Amino acid sequence: MLRDIDLSGYKKITAKNMPKESLVASGHRACQGCVEVLAMGMVTKVAGPNTVVVNATGCMEIITSPYPQTAWKCPWIHVAFENASAVASGIESGLKALRRKGKIGDNPNVIAFGGDGSTFDIGFQSLSGALERGHNFLYCCLDNEAYMNTGVQRSSATPYGASTTTSPAGRESIGQQTQKKNMPLICAAHNIPYVATANPAYHLDLMNKVQKALAVDGPAYIHIYAVCPTGWGIKGETGIEIAKLATETNSFPLYEVVGGRFNFTKQIKKPKPILDYLKPQRRFRHLTEKDVAYIQKQVDADYDYLERLVRATNDAPAE
Amino acid sequence: MLKRVGIEVSLAVAEAVRLARADVISAYPITPQTHIVEELSHYVANGELDAEFIPVESEHSAMSAAVGSAAAGARTYTATSSQGLALMHEILFIASAMRLPIVMTVANRSLSGPISIWNDHSDIMAERDIGWVQLFVEDGQEALELSMAAFKIAEDHRVLLPTIINMDGFILTHMIEPIEFPDQKTVDAFLPPFEPAMRLDPAHPVSMGPVGVPEVYLEAKKQCEQALLDSKPVVKEVLDELNELFGRDYDLVQTNGKDGAETRFVTMGSLGESVYTAVEALNAEGKDVGQTRIRLWRPFPVEEFLAACKGAKRLIVIDRAISPGSVCGPVAQELKSVLYGQPNAPEIVNVICGIGGRDVPIEEFKEIYALAQAGKLEKTYTLWGLNSNA
Ligand SMILES: Cc1ncc(C[n+]2csc(CCOP(=O)(O)OP(=O)(O)O)c2C)c(N)n1
Ligand code: SF4
Repeated sequence: MLRDIDLSGYKKITAKNMPKESLVASGHRACQGCVEVLAMGMVTKVAGPNTVVVNATGCMEIITSPYPQTAWKCPWIHVAFENASAVASGIESGLKALRRKGKIGDNPNVIAFGGDGSTFDIGFQSLSGALERGHNFLYCCLDNEAYMNTGVQRSSATPYGASTTTSPAGRESIGQQTQKKNMPLICAAHNIPYVATANPAYHLDLMNKVQKALAVDGPAYIHIYAVCPTGWGIKGETGIEIAKLATETNSFPLYEVVGGRFNFTKQIKKPKPILDYLKPQRRFRHLTEKDVAYIQKQVDADYDYLERLVRATNDAPAE
Repeated sequence: MLKRVGIEVSLAVAEAVRLARADVISAYPITPQTHIVEELSHYVANGELDAEFIPVESEHSAMSAAVGSAAAGARTYTATSSQGLALMHEILFIASAMRLPIVMTVANRSLSGPISIWNDHSDIMAERDIGWVQLFVEDGQEALELSMAAFKIAEDHRVLLPTIINMDGFILTHMIEPIEFPDQKTVDAFLPPFEPAMRLDPAHPVSMGPVGVPEVYLEAKKQCEQALLDSKPVVKEVLDELNELFGRDYDLVQTNGKDGAETRFVTMGSLGESVYTAVEALNAEGKDVGQTRIRLWRPFPVEEFLAACKGAKRLIVIDRAISPGSVCGPVAQELKSVLYGQPNAPEIVNVICGIGGRDVPIEEFKEIYALAQAGKLEKTYTLWGLNSNA
């Protein structure tokens, strides 16, 4: 279903008016070079202090909250691994009821953060339920392509060919043998007003997507590419370079789905070969030329599918 | 002030939640709890209750949404049973550890397998140690009144703990009883609006649910345990207020039958009514028997229980759940630990009955009494009414 979405609350963010104050304080316990925490900082800069954050169990919860310290400058709650969306549903409903009864004044942003494990796997049901019910909240999936907090185990976001501690590469195995689940597409299929992919290497693009997601009425989902130097076996200072390569190789294309309409927000004129992206990462070092060729074919096919979705949804009139 | 109506007990509970002016109700259907939340959803749909009704996709999410809503500062209600309660298990501990005064009705039902929708207490007995205040009701009137009282207990700043009202599935939930309803004004005077001690408010940021490192975890647990123990006098206080208002005599523990009787039945929940009838009949035959009914199950009212059993030489403890691999049923286990080391502690005879909805007629309690007197029941526990040598 295609429909018109009211984005009048959205004001474009540029290098000049970029908000500076993150809700995540420095001094948290993330690994050096963690792009996941960087992404969370970017999202909360846009959201501003009038925000309530729900955090699923995972790296970001652990590194920001060991009592008696907290890295959070806004109200923040962690309940469990698989239920951030359900908790957000309750918060949004509670605030709505209290506002209607005149017990509280304003209308804070409600943002849920979950890793790929808590989004793709164990929290899939609660996310789907919350999107379907139409709660007005933003869900950010911080996708580092494995369960990092428990020691780099595979998830259904782990890409084909990646070696993890539960999908190890070995004489009989290439590592992860399944294809990455397409979460943004699954979320878009819930017919929610706003879905996007975002990459911290393109910070203005990411921030503008958060702006739009918060401006729409109803659920929004942003899939954020969150490089994990520790889990991926790269140097801490190269996280943003790798993140950039993911988009430059078309492996992580940047697009948004507004009211069911797909659009690229960045298109790469001359995509680099996927090998440029795979090569620096220890998790892919066992791959043969043949494996890389296979992955290249897959990347091209996925991108082609996305292009066709863009064409199809823009050719069709809104209902 | 009071209006008497013949009504299904589930609908009376829904009415209690409406009168309590709940702000948020999260719910997932499971028999025999469904009528409560169906009725509440109708109230919301018809504008008779100004609340958000969240029809979640599972009980796990029902409890998670309840945690979020209570953390946001809203008066929050949900209801469940059996498999649903089991699915909530993980979050039940978190709700009490976060000190969130959610009120939940558990329509007690047996657990799978085999799947059974009928009544016993195995669902709640698997959730003994979640740190919630837990009460058992015996009839519809009590279900209505304690459901309102539950909010007052839970939200009291000396308590701030989630609270469960246990009511037997079908035996109570689906029974039509004459029930007296209070008016809104009376309830408003009894139950003030929820004033959270802490909430998710951007003007006053707090972090809820942080990591408990080994240096603080134990202390956090101790605080929760203390809060639960400290809730007992508040429960008593709220029951006293309720008694005053509605002319009842609810107490943490209740006694029936002969005072200082040599043998006492101990019951929890609606089977207490059948036992009560049996005890009356036995007393009429001149038998030295009484009954102790436990209303507050967590925190366990140790002193009140001991006082209520004073002088007894034998307790026939009626359990409604099996504790596989243990020496007796869960209530008997509890009472054995309460009585251990007490001077002149009575002997405990444990009868596990009414499992999976098996009927236990009044006559059978008289039979149980006779067998107990004759020393013919098992030393450990007797599974009452077993039809095979399975
Ligand atoms: C029910 C449950 N199962 C398992 C765990 C253990 N656990 C905690 S975090 C985690 C993985 C988190 O992975 P992800 O969501 O991808 O986030 P990341 O740490 O990678 O940011 C697991 C398996 C848990 N806390 N709860
Ligand atoms: S393990 Fe990875 S995601 Fe977790 S804090 Fe370290 S770098 Fe970040």
